[in-house]
Amino acid sequence: MRNKGGRSARTAWIVVVGLLAFMVAFAAGCGGDDDSSSDESEALSEVGEPEGQVDLIAWAGYVEDGSTDPKVDWVTDFEKESGCEVNVKVAGTSDEMIELMRTGQYDGVSASGNASPRLVEGGDVAPVNVDLVPNYESVFEDLKDQPYNTFDGVNYGIPHGRGANLLMWNKETVDTDGKSWSVILDPKEAAKYDGRISIYDDPVYIADAALYLKAHQPDLGIEDPYELDEEQFNAAVDLLKQQRPYIGEYWFDFAKQISSFANGDVDVGTTWQYQYFTLLGEDEPVASTPASEGFLPEEDATGWSDTWMISNEAEHPNCMYMWMDHIISPEANAKVAAWFGEAPAQSEACAEFKNLDPAYFGAPNHCELYNADNPEFWSRVYYWDTPLADCGDDRGEECMDYNDWVSAWTEIKG
Amino acid sequence: MGRRLSDLFHSHPRLQVGGLLAGPVGWLVIGYIGSLVVILITAFWQVNALSGEVEQTFTLDNFQTLVDEPVYRSIAGRTIAIAALVTITDALLAFPIAFYMAKVASSRMKAVLVVAVLLPLWASYLVKVYAWRTILSSGGILNEFLDPFGVSGPGYGNVAVWLVMSYLWLPFMIIPIYAGLERIPDSVISASEDLGASPMTTFRRVILPLAFPAVVAGSIFTFSLTLGDYITPALVSNNQFIGNVVYNNIVNNQPLASAFVMVPVAVMIIYLLIARRLGAFEHL
Repeated sequence: MRNKGGRSARTAWIVVVGLLAFMVAFAAGCGGDDDSSSDESEALSEVGEPEGQVDLIAWAGYVEDGSTDPKVDWVTDFEKESGCEVNVKVAGTSDEMIELMRTGQYDGVSASGNASPRLVEGGDVAPVNVDLVPNYESVFEDLKDQPYNTFDGVNYGIPHGRGANLLMWNKETVDTDGKSWSVILDPKEAAKYDGRISIYDDPVYIADAALYLKAHQPDLGIEDPYELDEEQFNAAVDLLKQQRPYIGEYWFDFAKQISSFANGDVDVGTTWQYQYFTLLGEDEPVASTPASEGFLPEEDATGWSDTWMISNEAEHPNCMYMWMDHIISPEANAKVAAWFGEAPAQSEACAEFKNLDPAYFGAPNHCELYNADNPEFWSRVYYWDTPLADCGDDRGEECMDYNDWVSAWTEIKG
Repeated sequence: MGRRLSDLFHSHPRLQVGGLLAGPVGWLVIGYIGSLVVILITAFWQVNALSGEVEQTFTLDNFQTLVDEPVYRSIAGRTIAIAALVTITDALLAFPIAFYMAKVASSRMKAVLVVAVLLPLWASYLVKVYAWRTILSSGGILNEFLDPFGVSGPGYGNVAVWLVMSYLWLPFMIIPIYAGLERIPDSVISASEDLGASPMTTFRRVILPLAFPAVVAGSIFTFSLTLGDYITPALVSNNQFIGNVVYNNIVNNQPLASAFVMVPVAVMIIYLLIARRLGAFEHL
């Protein structure tokens, strides 16, 4: 017995020594990594031969190859013409997209504004040479060179399309005209739907509360819902804490939210056009703020303007450039905009809608309906952004940064 | 050269064993313990708010945050409580099943039961959780079934998490208990009866003490699996568990996530020390 104990002690020592050796190796490895990630990468100078495939990360409904519905397909033709097989991984949140991009296994991503600055800062994406994307020329001017796709004057992506987050409710159980977010954000009204409210599970939702307060508590002086100083931020967080008891479900997976509305587990909440139109397609009794009002309640709304970005470590850069050109080609961009229910980025897409099957791709006047060419309208939509300590105005470094948002979100959910 | 090498190994048996074990032990150290050490180190670093990149400067802020913010304490408490409840539930459910399998069933029945217990493990975890999501939904099977009795199911929440986890990890409790009961010779039970002990006394004084280490061994699985899961809570409740907080922070604030991971690691170390005291490792 003694002997046995002695031997296991010796083994333990060997393990400890091995561990130390490993830690030294790890520390050394870390140093090496840091050097390589700070390298500035260059944009491609010409598109060469296709590599045979392209691996994408996208929002639901952005890359459809006919597997959802045979008529809903803007991928198969691209695959045939370009020789690039398209593989897509659907992500539910911007954080998930960043996490997937950092695995280095994907060529590109359809990033929203709360992901793109972090991807650029983290060195996960490469600049995009827009000269290699012929269809970029005719993209709406107010989508070019924006703070969420251009950094220090360098282009990091191709605009995909934009839209506003929706208020959706069950017509049979919820009494609202959708003109105000108060149905879920005024604690008194929300109490009527105790346990029936569905909210997007992402710290960025704090901006929705801030936007509501911007309209209802003007003395807080909120201008931009992503640039909140401590007082404004706490007010928004407090509002969400009052909303918390009435929430039936937080969703991050669009399929989860669709099933909750379809099963009658929740009755009212925030959503995307994708879920809304899917549920309508299944004849569920859902409604949203009328499209004729741009889907916007009177307090305006948060939204997104998405950007296709290319990974710094893309294994198939040529195919990725071909994809970026394809997704903003008039026909493909019209299809994706109509299918998802957003405004296209491509100005020439507007003429395409009349050629599409109205059963799947909506109205021929899609561009007017969705205000695609109406920059004034978009001033009412607050695209998802990454909160920084620097408020970007004369308040200076007084704002709450994204880490504060994440920990506040943890606190709100409890 | 080859000859000299074999002479060397022959005269130094420990070198021989060392050479054989270097590969597997190296993997264990680097892949397994190594990753734990990396987590431990990261917990003392901090993060750049914009890029989410880790800055390698020593700080105790992450642990300070976990102690200061009541929300983290309540999340840790909730996670540990559910893990304990799941473990107790599974032990209570698994013992009779395992006892039947080990001591009562015919050998054919035994084979059928072992397969039946292991079969659910072949189905995808996600499919099973989504199935429970449907069952527990307000318009789901459970409510349909309970409706005539005028009651309704638990809906989504802590109770749902407890139910689903108990279902998911049950096989991990049955199998060790079954193995433990198999090792009790029938003659011991007969002897107890021959000496006049009632069935209850035999169970309490003979079977239970002999099988207890096996129950503890099973509880290690159910407890640690519940402690680490984050998908089930996200799908059948709105409540956050340790795993959800780790998941939500892993992209932006890996150091905080790492610091929080230390909580279940510490809980498991304490648990394993107690389990070892109770003799559970003879049954793993």
